[in-house]
Amino acid sequence: MNNAGERLYNGIIKENPTLVLMLGMCPTLAVTTSAVNGLGMGLTTMVVLALSNAIISLLRNMIPDKVRIPAFIVIIASFVTVVQMALQAYLPFLYDALGIYIPLIVVNCIILGRAEAYASKNPVIPSFFDGVGMGLGFSLALTMIGGIRELLGAGKLFGFGVMPASYVPFNIFIMAPGAFFVLACLTALQNKVKINGEKKGRDMSKIQSGCSSDCMNCSDSGCSRRFYGESREEVK
Amino acid sequence: MASTWKELLMILIGSSLVSNVVLSQFLGLCPFLGVSKKVETAAGMGTAVIFVITLASAVAGVIYRFVLIPLDITYLQTIVFILVIAALVQFVEMVLKKFMPGLYTALGVYLPLITTNCAVLGVALNNVQKSYGILAGIVNGFATAAGFTVAIVILAGIREKMEYNDVPQSFRGMPIVLVTAGLMAIAFCGFAGLIR
Repeated sequence: MNNAGERLYNGIIKENPTLVLMLGMCPTLAVTTSAVNGLGMGLTTMVVLALSNAIISLLRNMIPDKVRIPAFIVIIASFVTVVQMALQAYLPFLYDALGIYIPLIVVNCIILGRAEAYASKNPVIPSFFDGVGMGLGFSLALTMIGGIRELLGAGKLFGFGVMPASYVPFNIFIMAPGAFFVLACLTALQNKVKINGEKKGRDMSKIQSGCSSDCMNCSDSGCSRRFYGESREEVK
Repeated sequence: MASTWKELLMILIGSSLVSNVVLSQFLGLCPFLGVSKKVETAAGMGTAVIFVITLASAVAGVIYRFVLIPLDITYLQTIVFILVIAALVQFVEMVLKKFMPGLYTALGVYLPLITTNCAVLGVALNNVQKSYGILAGIVNGFATAAGFTVAIVILAGIREKMEYNDVPQSFRGMPIVLVTAGLMAIAFCGFAGLIR
């Protein structure tokens, strides 16, 4: 089980999808109006990620290389549909809060990224734990961002009032602009860590500023290029 | 299906300005942040997005109305839409390359970037969720994409000016762009009173 532990550590700390790799930014910003919503989104994504990783890894020798991306997408979309229906049935409040962002898990770069980078090359058990680890890392980051926004914007944490009564909440933090500001501070922090680390001569190449440097690059390496990888060459 | 002009106009304003796709719904952030360094490329991206989203919402609307509803398999919408959109973008790319090389050289580079743009899938799903008819769906798609174009062109304009500013070291690159986007989002909050 050592391997599983290592995958979990990798997902939560070393390659945290949100804080280190900066993947899947749309849901990160959209649903983190409160810690509970962030946690709900994170766990939903985790379930999809772990299950789709396991199935893709199971089928990795059967799926022809040329159609692997559409195949992965169908698998991921099926799990998203299943999870969506389960949420609608058992956790309707979360279903209402997350709304359209549940089906949009399909286009979350983290999931296709892990399918391509890990699950399509590794056995079932490590792939499953890779999904769980990445999902936990994602949940952690989302809960944190949601917590910050809820604390500043509503003076609450997980729905409980934690600030003194004299605290006047900055409403803006639970509105759309607040999401941008919180993420701006997080990326600035990340930049700082990266700059400091480089000064000390450590290898910081793992830390990516997501789409920052060059989005052509990001979208390409992220997802689209994978979509088109094979077929593009043929067209040429 | 019987949407009046007034309803269509409300959708047009609502989707393009009031609930702007990037600044209040956070869809399509990747191209918004990444392809906004120059105004020309931003405008090119915007045009491509308008083209693809309008087309995609039309196709998705027709498929939903005439295939998914009669067969009673609306729960498959996510799977169907994502495949249709991916196929559509690839098809559009091939058609443009073959028949409209001029347009292809202008939009070609942006097309593959759009497939995974969550705004496209987002609009298709939104149309279903708000139970828009096909025409209203197309209008909504066009308006959403127009809102995206407005936002990305403004951001690109600001970023061009910002090149010469002295930004603190840790805020260089992405963080300052996000702060700018946040300020733009505040400005767009001003449209909220426009519609009720």
